[in-house]
Amino acid sequence: MTATIEPEVGKSRRRKEDERLITGRTRWTDNITLPGLLHMAVLRSPFAHAKIVSIDTSAAKSAPGVIAVYTAKDLDPDGSIGMPCAWPITPDMKAPRRPVLASDTVNFAGEGVAVVVARSSAEAHDALEEIDVEYDELPVVLDMEAAIADGAPLVHEDLGTNTSAVWKFDSAEAGTGGNVEDAISSSEVVLKRRFRQQRLVPAFMEPRACVVDPTSTQITMWSATQVPHILRVMSALTLGIPEHKLRVIAPDVGGGFGGKIGVLPEEMMSLLVARKLGKPVKWNETRSETMLAAHHGRDQIQDITISATRDGQVTGLKVELLANLGAYNGLVGPGVPILGAFMFNAIYKIPAYHFACTNVYTTTTLTDAYRGAGRPEATFAIERIMDELAVELGLDPLELREKNWIKHEEFPFTTVCGLTYDSGNYEAATEKAKQLFDYDGLRAEQERRRASKDKVQLGIGISTFTEMCGLAPSRVLGSLDYGAGGWEYASIRMLPTGKVEVTTGASAHGQGHETAWSQIVADQLGVAFEDVEILHGDTQSSHKGMDTYGSRSLVVGGIAVIKAAEKVIAKAKPIAAHLLECAEDDLEFAGGKFTVRGTDTATTMGDVALAVFAAHNLPDGVEPSLDSDATFDPENFSFPHGTHLCAAEVDTETGRIKLRSYVCVDDVGVAVNPLIVEGQVHGGLAQGIAQALFEGTEHDESGTLTTGTFADYLLPSAADLPSFTTDRTETPSTTNPLGAKGVGEAGTIASTPAVVNAAIDAVRHFGVDDIEMPLTPMRVWHAIQHGTTDAGGPGRGEAGGGLGSIDATGGAQ
Amino acid sequence: MIPAPFDYVRPSTVDEAVQALASAGEDAKVLAGGQSLLPVLRMRLAAPTTLIDLGRVAELRGVREDGDTLVIGAMTTHYDVQRDALVAAHAALLKEATDTVADPQIRHRGTLGGAIAHADPAGDLLAPVLALDASLVVAGPSGRRTVPAADFFRDLFTTALAADELLVEIRIPKHTGWRAHYEKFNRVAQAWSMVAVAVTVRTEAGVIEEARVALTNMGSTPVRASGVEAALVGVQASADSIAAAASHAAEGTNPPVDSNADVEYRRHLAQVLTGRAIAAAAGA
Repeated sequence: MTATIEPEVGKSRRRKEDERLITGRTRWTDNITLPGLLHMAVLRSPFAHAKIVSIDTSAAKSAPGVIAVYTAKDLDPDGSIGMPCAWPITPDMKAPRRPVLASDTVNFAGEGVAVVVARSSAEAHDALEEIDVEYDELPVVLDMEAAIADGAPLVHEDLGTNTSAVWKFDSAEAGTGGNVEDAISSSEVVLKRRFRQQRLVPAFMEPRACVVDPTSTQITMWSATQVPHILRVMSALTLGIPEHKLRVIAPDVGGGFGGKIGVLPEEMMSLLVARKLGKPVKWNETRSETMLAAHHGRDQIQDITISATRDGQVTGLKVELLANLGAYNGLVGPGVPILGAFMFNAIYKIPAYHFACTNVYTTTTLTDAYRGAGRPEATFAIERIMDELAVELGLDPLELREKNWIKHEEFPFTTVCGLTYDSGNYEAATEKAKQLFDYDGLRAEQERRRASKDKVQLGIGISTFTEMCGLAPSRVLGSLDYGAGGWEYASIRMLPTGKVEVTTGASAHGQGHETAWSQIVADQLGVAFEDVEILHGDTQSSHKGMDTYGSRSLVVGGIAVIKAAEKVIAKAKPIAAHLLECAEDDLEFAGGKFTVRGTDTATTMGDVALAVFAAHNLPDGVEPSLDSDATFDPENFSFPHGTHLCAAEVDTETGRIKLRSYVCVDDVGVAVNPLIVEGQVHGGLAQGIAQALFEGTEHDESGTLTTGTFADYLLPSAADLPSFTTDRTETPSTTNPLGAKGVGEAGTIASTPAVVNAAIDAVRHFGVDDIEMPLTPMRVWHAIQHGTTDAGGPGRGEAGGGLGSIDATGGAQ
Repeated sequence: MIPAPFDYVRPSTVDEAVQALASAGEDAKVLAGGQSLLPVLRMRLAAPTTLIDLGRVAELRGVREDGDTLVIGAMTTHYDVQRDALVAAHAALLKEATDTVADPQIRHRGTLGGAIAHADPAGDLLAPVLALDASLVVAGPSGRRTVPAADFFRDLFTTALAADELLVEIRIPKHTGWRAHYEKFNRVAQAWSMVAVAVTVRTEAGVIEEARVALTNMGSTPVRASGVEAALVGVQASADSIAAAASHAAEGTNPPVDSNADVEYRRHLAQVLTGRAIAAAAGA
């Protein structure tokens, strides 16, 4: 070890966890086997809404290998267990009980009605077919607007309404900006549009699974979850299991994207069944069950009104949302659209803002977090309508954005929502992106293709996004009625041989925390990257944590690691001084060494660790331990931003969209590992582009999911995506000592509007100003043939003069 | 998911297979690669009592010549078809179409005979077999018989195969030197064809002497585009002549409707893709 050691932070290291993840030589929940393990399979409702008249389990009970068959009456005879919701967004939010198994009524197709426990998974699944359930169908509630209309059939009869809650923010009332109605009625240009965020499936690679072992004084639950710590608390609260009698382990988890943020009925079922039988049980699901029963994402109708001066100064923004919760409140589902509330204003200086969201129950699978959670929806709406406004005003869409965005020198900047963006440089990211993209060259080619009536038209789509991530300052979460804090925990154990064990409350499920955290610790303590082991996902080793979601792990959890390391050094320093027989003030610490200032006399962190282990020669009153922990609660979110530019070719004969190039310049502050950053961006782009072009659930009129397999629900592969050009600018965050910003969701948040804007730009001269997502070739072709209103889209509300996009009434009424 | 229980038989000759099929009765299914059958079993959309696996019937694999005819064993994998020199020389259209089938893993397991007997109208190998005027040799308890491709495909997933018969050979008249193109349209690389067009032509000095055209997923069976074929004969391939011929593509079709394509769009696609397939095949 030398003093001039190359910093680890900033190195594009390949991930240390990849070998075991890629080869599968690791522990996933489903390959955990225990002595006497029993297997569960869940019978699910084929109906979206029905009364359960009777359930006959007698034949299933005598099927081969079957140990038990349970219904709601067996597992929850009092009907008192309800799945938790941690985000009551308003005091009067409705809270229908979501049972572990449906007892009287099923409220979405896929809801569990019975569970079989058998010696093998195959026998459990065979026995499902022997259960006879008599249903009495009820009217389904699928469409959000129909659901909130007078006289609509109700999902939950006893609530008397399908409206769960209405959440509002108004800048005039909050004192953070002007009155939006005044802005709209006094502005020269008012544009009103409706956008639809289709429902998506968070298609993680590993289906959900859990194993519960009750054969000890402490029950152990393994789960393919993003949130082992939250799961432990929520299991304790939901089932009354004393928290200290439950250990939760998230072993290696194959992706989540928010889709594994929930606390599942199946997890509670596993705990109940295991305790009832006194035997370990395993539940795992098929992909078909994932599609049907795991929570979905997005699903909003967005009515957006923007006002501006004729020369392009945005004066107001009004957002009215309908958000589909599905049949019940998910763990954080009701709050997902609220996470978007603060992001519709994006990077722009909008003087007046109003947001209102109505959360609606329907007889569909519940919705909850999916990569970006609220922020992709917001970013889509603002970036789409900025393009429409540019057309209306006859401005280049980049020019309109530049007129309105927060200038570099204006940071820190407090937005119309009251958030303070600490740093950013939209000019730099945009300039770099334009050059990489050849913006001017592509615009010229677009002109040529239009002029020559080329069958392949070219469009350019822009998304200059920002997002709030690194969830989150606990006080802010409290002010939003979120049920928990947003801190994160880490501890560092100095081992006698100088190796280091780090525990983190973040719970990696593909992100690469082990690599990034090792790099951070290596720099902080001056130890080798290889000498650091990261422990996570087990409430016994990393006993405290808030887990992984919302791009929070690095900017909250990573900072906790730094704080813990600082404490280790502070504890080591007096011991080092004692060993070197000098004053503490004469010591400096760098590159893993305590050196007496101005001399060659030094001792390493490893030496100190060994001395502490022996404890033979420590200063008086010093405890023989360097181990330290820290809990970090950020003061602010982090605000990554970037400029994404997409060039799309539209084959006007077939409607097929081909992405010709995709350039993104992201500013995620300081990158701990640029390779991981790039991987996150690539994956995020794929998912965001997939929303624009490929993915979307569909239900038939009876509420049956007709996109229940990957043959119908189309995920793109590498073959369907362009080669991305990714680059970065680096404007450090000022709210954490690393200067880092979150990157887990950026690509997904940014890319969807860039792609749709590009496609619309390519065919706008055919009279097209919107196409509903996903932009299938058929929708695009119909749009070209017949104009927007036949494109399967929800249309633009009231049409006015001009290009048809001006709402002459001002939109205020 | 886990399929319902079934008996499993693995014969090693065609005779054994025919016998196994006869004794297994109505609810038997033939496993010829399993790329379509296994998902159906796993989702329990089908629950056959017996599965007869042809994977070890060596005589059903491989490509050979028989005079003017190319003979392809029913259990020849897509991967082997793609790489077979005889297929490339005498049935280029089949190679072109096979190249577009799914992904490498599937092409190593799936078989030509399996795909034909499955008769999924969105499958990519039916139209080329129809366009190439193939004959399908089937074996049953009373011996072998030959069915022209035009008579083989009866309906959605329904063929001329009787319950006790096996498809054993695909006999294709040699189309030596014919140029070919399979124009496939789907939403993502691994998805089924929404519409696809198989074209093979014999040209002399830029003039199309003969043309064979068939459509994928424009009806409950593959559809021969006779109007297009007739319009191409004796024509110099040019943008105009191709467009004129392609305008006949949707004639007599009865396309399915799904969320990816309605009737109007499918008919339109058939014409556009036919034009492109002809242009690619004829080199115009």
